[in-house]
Amino acid sequence: MSSVAASSLPDSSAATKSPRPVLQLVDVRKVFDGFAAVDGISLDIEEGEFVTIVGPSGSGKTTLLRMLAGLESPSEGYITLRGELINDVPSNRRPTCLVFQSLALFPHMTVGDNIEFPLRVRKMAPEERRKRALELMAKVRLPEDYYAKNVMLCSGGEKQRVALARAFAYDPDVLFFDEPLSALDYKLKKLLEKELKDLHRESGKTFVYITHSLEEAMVMSDRIGVMRAGKVVQIGTPEEIYSTPADRFVAEFFGEVNIVPIRRAEGGWVRRDGKPVAVASGVSIDGDEANVVIRPEYMRFVTHEAGADNTLSGTIFNEYSLGSRLQYQVRSRTGRTFLVEVPRAAAWKGDGEVTIGWDAGNAIVVGG
Amino acid sequence: MADASLSAPAPKLTSGFRASLPVLFLLVAGFLAPLVTVAAYAFATPKSFDVFRSFTLQNFAAIFDPNNTVWTSFVWALALAFACVAILLVVCYPIAFGLNKVFGKWSGLVSVLFVFPLFVSENVRLYGWVLFFIKNGVLDGALKWLGFSGGPELLYTPGITLFGMVYVYLPFMLFPMTLGIAMIPRDLVDAASDLGAGRFMIWREIELPLAMPGILIGALLTFVLSAGAVAEAKILGGQSVITITQDIEVAFTYAQNWPMGSALALILVLIVSGLALTAMARLDLDKILGKR
Repeated sequence: MSSVAASSLPDSSAATKSPRPVLQLVDVRKVFDGFAAVDGISLDIEEGEFVTIVGPSGSGKTTLLRMLAGLESPSEGYITLRGELINDVPSNRRPTCLVFQSLALFPHMTVGDNIEFPLRVRKMAPEERRKRALELMAKVRLPEDYYAKNVMLCSGGEKQRVALARAFAYDPDVLFFDEPLSALDYKLKKLLEKELKDLHRESGKTFVYITHSLEEAMVMSDRIGVMRAGKVVQIGTPEEIYSTPADRFVAEFFGEVNIVPIRRAEGGWVRRDGKPVAVASGVSIDGDEANVVIRPEYMRFVTHEAGADNTLSGTIFNEYSLGSRLQYQVRSRTGRTFLVEVPRAAAWKGDGEVTIGWDAGNAIVVGG
Repeated sequence: MADASLSAPAPKLTSGFRASLPVLFLLVAGFLAPLVTVAAYAFATPKSFDVFRSFTLQNFAAIFDPNNTVWTSFVWALALAFACVAILLVVCYPIAFGLNKVFGKWSGLVSVLFVFPLFVSENVRLYGWVLFFIKNGVLDGALKWLGFSGGPELLYTPGITLFGMVYVYLPFMLFPMTLGIAMIPRDLVDAASDLGAGRFMIWREIELPLAMPGILIGALLTFVLSAGAVAEAKILGGQSVITITQDIEVAFTYAQNWPMGSALALILVLIVSGLALTAMARLDLDKILGKR
């Protein structure tokens, strides 16, 4: 699956072998007062895919989504929907629907009227509208008697479902989600993530979701794109992104990691303190500087019985319980902090002076 | 004091009640007492000052006498007030909408600028308009100087009275209306458009209902003010039509018939507050704002 399209013109995609993407972005830029919120994004989204764009706040992901929904038009580049250029097609003429972060429910309407809004736009007959609204309410697991309820009296999770049902009532080809779950508590969020995934599968529609939460992205997505400063840094399956982050930013964004900067020396790579570093064979890095990324679960305590390819010594200064696992913070001689995560059964029994290490095969080397 | 409140089965003066005493006093002395006095005067012997000492329905009998034409003053006052509100609704909505488009969240502040003319006395401003419209005045004179046959005779007509009212009460409609429109969340308009709604449907289904609190408050304010307007009809209208407020003023001054003036005032208060309360009852702010 070609993830990041080369800067090809929209119609050249017809020649490629992969199924024609439902949404295609080519070098899309959006500039506000000289600031490029979205700075050249090319992306193909396939029919029926669940794509999540992850990035910190200010990375331009909301602007990207607003352009896709037609609420902003790109300053440069092309956006095509099923091969048709939609750069300047207004939002009400696009077969796409956005679920807002605020949900944007109409406060002066009942649950039923909210869901029926897109049907009223299409001048559907009242009885038919009501039937369709009740169907959709069942689909998003809203009780039938909510039909006449004031939407502002619904709980956070219920409002979420109303917004979803309203978006489905529009019957869009592509649904966009702008962090709709961010305001909910953890348990409800987990539940709705799974329901959303189910809805995606059942409906067969294309979902484009944005969030700053990696966890959310991992649970739901077929593919994840990581955005930073208006650009897509990496795109791939959750597994690809987790195991082979493209650079240090992606690695760090995807949770707690240990980072050891290294540089090229005669005969291999060395750490800052000059010690040689064992790097898995087959790793090729351009340039003379790189970072070794080791997830805390691959960092372990080194003893006489169990050695490691790379070691460093330090002092334990914090211990946390993560439930079934324990996490230690170790300060190295050079003052850097490392995280070691072990199963509870393997709790460190010795004193605070420890040697920790990792095997070359468990580390990822990324560019600066 | 503390002991009393502790031991008494039902303390009469809770701290909340005591704290509200200054406001209560102000309301009773400044609001309720004058109203009660006016109401009492309305039932006093005509052309007397026997308030609270006499009770008669003669004033009302005189007003409702078929030969009395004072009802035309009520009709003129209410008709002008309704017309004024209607015109202000049409004139102010585009201005308020434009202010919100251009100034965004600062639009409320900008609409306050429209209040600045209120710092100049209403009479002075109205006489300014007289100079503008009068024969050989600004309009007429300028047109003649340009070689035209002169301006139309606008002064001293009911139409110019209405113009004066619209001019004077415009800020009272514009300010609440601008705030009302500013309360419409941008996301809702975007969402409606995203769901396929066209401009007119967004306006009818989203913008208008959500701006309604501000619009209704503006309408109510300007209606009450213009029903009690007197200077416009006198200065610009040249008494071409007599509004009820002018009748009341005459009764209290030249005629020295306070009971008659009070009876007219009481009827006006009943009509205006009846209309206002009916409108208020239909205006459920909480429901419109979705807080309930």
